[in-house]
Amino acid sequence: MTDAIRAEGLVKQFKGKRALDGVDLTATTGAVLGVLGPNGSGKTTTVRILSTLLQPDEGRAEVGGFDVVRQPHEVRRLIGLTGQYAAVDAELSGTENLVLIARLLGFDRSQARARSTELLERFELSDAAGRPAKTYSGGMRRRLDLAASLVGRPALLYLDEPTTGLDPHSRNGLWDVVRGLVDDGVTVLLTTQYLEEADQLADDIMVLDHGRVISQGTPEQLKNHAGNQVLELQTVEPEQLSLATKIIEAVTSSPVTSDTVRARVPVTDAAVLPEVVRRLDEQGVAVAELSLRKPSLDEVFLALTGHTADEETAGATANEGNRA
Amino acid sequence: MSAVTSPSRSDLPAGAPAAPGSITPISTVQNGLQLAWRSVLKIKANPEEVLGLTFMPIMFVTLFVFVFGQAMMGDWQTYRDFLMPGIIAQSVVFATLGTGFALCQDVEKGIFDRFRSLPIARSAPLIGAILGDLVRYSITVVMVLVVGLAIGFRPEGGVLGVLGAAAVVLLFAFALCWMSAFVGMMVRTPMAVQSFGMILMFPLTFGSSAFVDPQTMPSWMRVVAENNPVTHLVDAMRGLMLGGDVAGPVAWTLLWSAIFVGVFFPLAVWAYRRRT
Repeated sequence: MTDAIRAEGLVKQFKGKRALDGVDLTATTGAVLGVLGPNGSGKTTTVRILSTLLQPDEGRAEVGGFDVVRQPHEVRRLIGLTGQYAAVDAELSGTENLVLIARLLGFDRSQARARSTELLERFELSDAAGRPAKTYSGGMRRRLDLAASLVGRPALLYLDEPTTGLDPHSRNGLWDVVRGLVDDGVTVLLTTQYLEEADQLADDIMVLDHGRVISQGTPEQLKNHAGNQVLELQTVEPEQLSLATKIIEAVTSSPVTSDTVRARVPVTDAAVLPEVVRRLDEQGVAVAELSLRKPSLDEVFLALTGHTADEETAGATANEGNRA
Repeated sequence: MSAVTSPSRSDLPAGAPAAPGSITPISTVQNGLQLAWRSVLKIKANPEEVLGLTFMPIMFVTLFVFVFGQAMMGDWQTYRDFLMPGIIAQSVVFATLGTGFALCQDVEKGIFDRFRSLPIARSAPLIGAILGDLVRYSITVVMVLVVGLAIGFRPEGGVLGVLGAAAVVLLFAFALCWMSAFVGMMVRTPMAVQSFGMILMFPLTFGSSAFVDPQTMPSWMRVVAENNPVTHLVDAMRGLMLGGDVAGPVAWTLLWSAIFVGVFFPLAVWAYRRRT
């Protein structure tokens, strides 16, 4: 068995709206599958189906060779789940939270203690072990939540937007933890809204939009499609923008998108920047702003779908938040 | 750069979880008890809860006895004895609201998702919550009794009568908490449980024999009060603690408890499955 997760044609409707509209998905054992998409694209619904919390209306999914609908108990023995909202009991201390999970998983009292101590140490929560989780910072709570999902030594870990709302330092810490788990052979399914996060962690990326898979491949393939970086330009005189656009188009030989004030183009080679500057200068275009940056999720979406990520997502988000 | 060290290899004999291979009635009860332990820990950890469980009985007993006592029955001592069974019943009936509140909160915060992703019985969190709440109700009964004893309440039924009354009220609370659980699963926020529950609980407790003899009420209200399950409960407790008719009201209380369980247990389980 080389695929930890295999799903075909998953469909899920909430009140007539299709949260998932035929999703196929494969996660290779020991690898990280990144599921990238904006709010309401169906990421959380996918995770909830694959972790047996929700049943699909159509399609089927196997986790570790077990069917998520017919063999949920077997699936639950293999998985760990860390949700978007840190699902630890805020009233209980770090130790109590972990001991509870361990006891539920069949550890005896002393084993549960030992496992809890071990995990708290590993996640640098030992000093806060006796404090109620409500006194923890956001990053500490996420770490406790992740520790809770690792108590049973899962072979497969679901991370549903693990870094949303975290500061960069905590986020980097969490990334390191995920890398460590992968080194240990754990298969990870990670959902995220951040291209950078998927790029950093995932071996394969699947892009979801309106409940459909719109792209799948390695981070390299995805970025090649959307450009490694984005060159963005604003001219002092708006009238000069069209001239500037022509120049950039000539240098990069990529289609430039522009609105009334800015022009944007995906670039794969940063070396075009000095060339662009030189030509703009030659033509006497006064530049107000010129930058080279990583493409945003929006731009990847634009490249893949022709529409931006945040269109029409408000309604879909309401549906996804619905724990029907 | 990281504040977190990565889990080491010893962490992962992957695919060898500690969890049992299948769900049995024994494992379900065990898991229920472990989750009940969580509820009890929460009582301890939550100062508001402790305050509610201790201060509310002191306040209610003191206010009712010393404010209404004289006016109701000529002297506060007589009213105190009349009131004690009623106020125990009222405190416990209100405490059942906590069941729905806590369940709603757990669902809202995603804690039930974690439990449900574990290889344990699906009903275990519900069983755990209810068992834990029985502990809370027992604390409530004891606290009200302690306050009563402190202001001179000496029930004629003695220890046995008091224990009997406690058993009846806890049984009733166990039955009623399924209604609360059902409400908790049907509404979206814990705050809604609170307000919806209040609308149910006020008529249920005040429109009964808990505080006033129904004979003094206008006829339509008397009909309501005399058929209120809480009246049967309070009458049964009065019989056991103070002497008087016991068999009739106890039988009625048992019947009402059976009805509550019969109706709201399936509804609560249905709503729980639907919601989670």
